[in-house]
Amino acid sequence: MSADVLVVMETKGVGERRTGGGAAWHRVSMEALAAGQTLAAELGVACSAAVLGESAAIAPLAAELAAHRLETVWAVGDDLLAVYTADGWTAALEQLIAQAAPKFVVFPHTYQVRDYAPALATRLGEVLIGDVTAVQMAGEPREPLFVRQWMQGKLNAIYRHCKPGGFCLLSVQAGSFRADAVQVGQSQVQEFAPKLAAEMIRTAPSEPIREAAQTVDLSAAEVIVGVGRGIGEQENLKLVEDLAQALGAELAASRPICDAGWLPLERQVGSSGQTVAPKLYLAVGISGAIQHLVGMKGAKTVIAINKDADAPIFEVADIGVVGDLFEMVPALTRAIRG
Amino acid sequence: MKIVVAVKQVPEREAVLRVTPDGRSIDESEVAWTMNEPDAYALEEALQLKQRAADAGLGEAEVVVLSVGPERVQSTLREALAKGADRALHVVTPAGGEGSLAERGSLDVARLLAEAVKGEQPELVLTGLQSDDLGAGQTGVVMAELLGVPHATLVLQVEFAGQGGDGRRIKVRRELEDGWTQFVEMPLPALLTIQSGGNRLRYATLMGIKRARQKEMRELSAAAPSQRVDQVVKVFPPLRVKQTEMLTGAAEEIAAKLVERLRFDVKVL
Ligand SMILES: Cc1cc2nc3c(=O)[nH]c(=O)nc-3n(C[C@H](O)[C@H](O)[C@H](O)COP(=O)(O)OP(=O)(O)OC[C@H]3O[C@@H](n4cnc5c(N)ncnc54)[C@H](O)[C@@H]3O)c2cc1C
Ligand SMILES: Nc1ncnc2c1ncn2[C@@H]1O[C@H](COP(=O)(O)O)[C@@H](O)[C@H]1O
Repeated sequence: MSADVLVVMETKGVGERRTGGGAAWHRVSMEALAAGQTLAAELGVACSAAVLGESAAIAPLAAELAAHRLETVWAVGDDLLAVYTADGWTAALEQLIAQAAPKFVVFPHTYQVRDYAPALATRLGEVLIGDVTAVQMAGEPREPLFVRQWMQGKLNAIYRHCKPGGFCLLSVQAGSFRADAVQVGQSQVQEFAPKLAAEMIRTAPSEPIREAAQTVDLSAAEVIVGVGRGIGEQENLKLVEDLAQALGAELAASRPICDAGWLPLERQVGSSGQTVAPKLYLAVGISGAIQHLVGMKGAKTVIAINKDADAPIFEVADIGVVGDLFEMVPALTRAIRG
Repeated sequence: MKIVVAVKQVPEREAVLRVTPDGRSIDESEVAWTMNEPDAYALEEALQLKQRAADAGLGEAEVVVLSVGPERVQSTLREALAKGADRALHVVTPAGGEGSLAERGSLDVARLLAEAVKGEQPELVLTGLQSDDLGAGQTGVVMAELLGVPHATLVLQVEFAGQGGDGRRIKVRRELEDGWTQFVEMPLPALLTIQSGGNRLRYATLMGIKRARQKEMRELSAAAPSQRVDQVVKVFPPLRVKQTEMLTGAAEEIAAKLVERLRFDVKVL
């Protein structure tokens, strides 16, 4: 029997030197697996999972995956999958989907998935419902609805898949589903050999590289003042620098501040920057886009100063101040200095 | 050499957003509009590539900007022309109702964009990584698939990589997670989705704005919408799950309250 939910797992370090050998799951893979299992349980159908790569490299991962409550673990192996390419992944998954015939395909919303899943969806005549934060069951007969963000988190939108007989492809946002909800069990590994040819792969990727070692380690900081675009201009940074100094805090920033070159990249917090977990994160003029939140949600206490009462940052803040930072920040600095 | 840049017009970051009475899209009546941020970086990269192509003796490159949307998107196309794009293509959709942007899914919009690109036969197509309004993050990749060309996403820089067996090639630097990057090489024609931050953005000069008035803005009619494969059921402001304690009062009062909390609860002072 073919399963009805298929989760495409992502690995790190398979066929690359980046992690120094050992292959492992991408963190969001397990969250996607939990989402897929839950969806299958809600619908009363089976859940399977797939892992792609060079056959020998993925064998141990497939075996590990088989210790979960799944119908089938698809080990999609080929030498041409030794290194990730959009063309390789798209072609291999198109063939796997034709064979496994799932109704739902669940991906972790990673950079890699962003790179190939929309092409795969197009090939199937579908659209990826991307960056899903929640799945709701509704209607009669019951069908899943998918919640995703609009306007950088200022609005939520509920989507449904409406192509009869089609494949519903969705990717789940990091941190939205709980990896510890993954159900263990026992399943069979089934090898799947896609038909790939070297000419199908049009891009030539190099080994991943990382810029020189970082000189500030924000991950160890106890107190962090994070500054965002609300600061307006580079000259105004002095205000938050003074506040950080008064607090004995490290200064961090949202991406646009580092993109503009106002602060060095190593002070960027978020999905493409540092992940921090201080006792206090004081967000100043930061709207709270998901890519920023994933980097600082682990803070014990979050205080946010923002002039927009509807800014998404207030959804994660313990203490909020709706106001003009140009008034609030100097007042706070003065109060701390006594 | 020809480069097409897809630019989307999106609500300004500070725009006040209201949901339409049918609860399925955004009320556009009072929204102020701007160029989607990553698209501004895509345009910047295209303009710099044009310069680099000239410097490398690859001939005169042309930068064509392309947008799908109602009349209003022409202000964003004009802005791109003022910054240095050579001409603009506007695929016109109705402002509301059937066939409007709100009614079309991303596959449909990508089809309209791809059709317009086919008419131009460029060597390179650039899009933004993701739109600030819908955040689908997929239109570029879908277009690449529809056009049958290779692609790379999250691109920070583009350089020419000389001739390969299959013609001229490019080499791009793309962002990976956790501070890693990677180079990817591919033959042209190709499509790249551009990530913010790879360049410094230029401003339009007064001269540029004046010149833009003379530049070509061609309107193309949009094909009828195709059946959607996904549907927007409902749009709503997020429910706040966390109990956030909101401090109010004059700045000095709030500051005093914050200091108290920092000292006794958070214990960082
Ligand atoms: C693949 C990808 C990766 C990304 N990685 C990251 C990342 O690692 N880190 C990151 O931060 N972002 C990242 N981003 C960008 C992210 O989506 C947001 O665009 C960014 O976080 C917004 O930064 P911001 O909050 O500073 O700016 P904005 O969203 O412009 O917010 C500015 C805020 O300041 C407030 N404000 C304005 N003036 C004042 C004032 N006078 N007083 C008080 N408040 C004021 C406004 O109300 C607003 O809420 C990434 C995006 C993508 C697509
Ligand atoms: N209506 C549009 N007109 C022009 N370009 C668009 C349009 N919609 C999307 N794009 C392009 O596709 C990119 C990704 O958009 P999205 O898939 O909606 O996140 C944008 O950054 C634009 O470059």
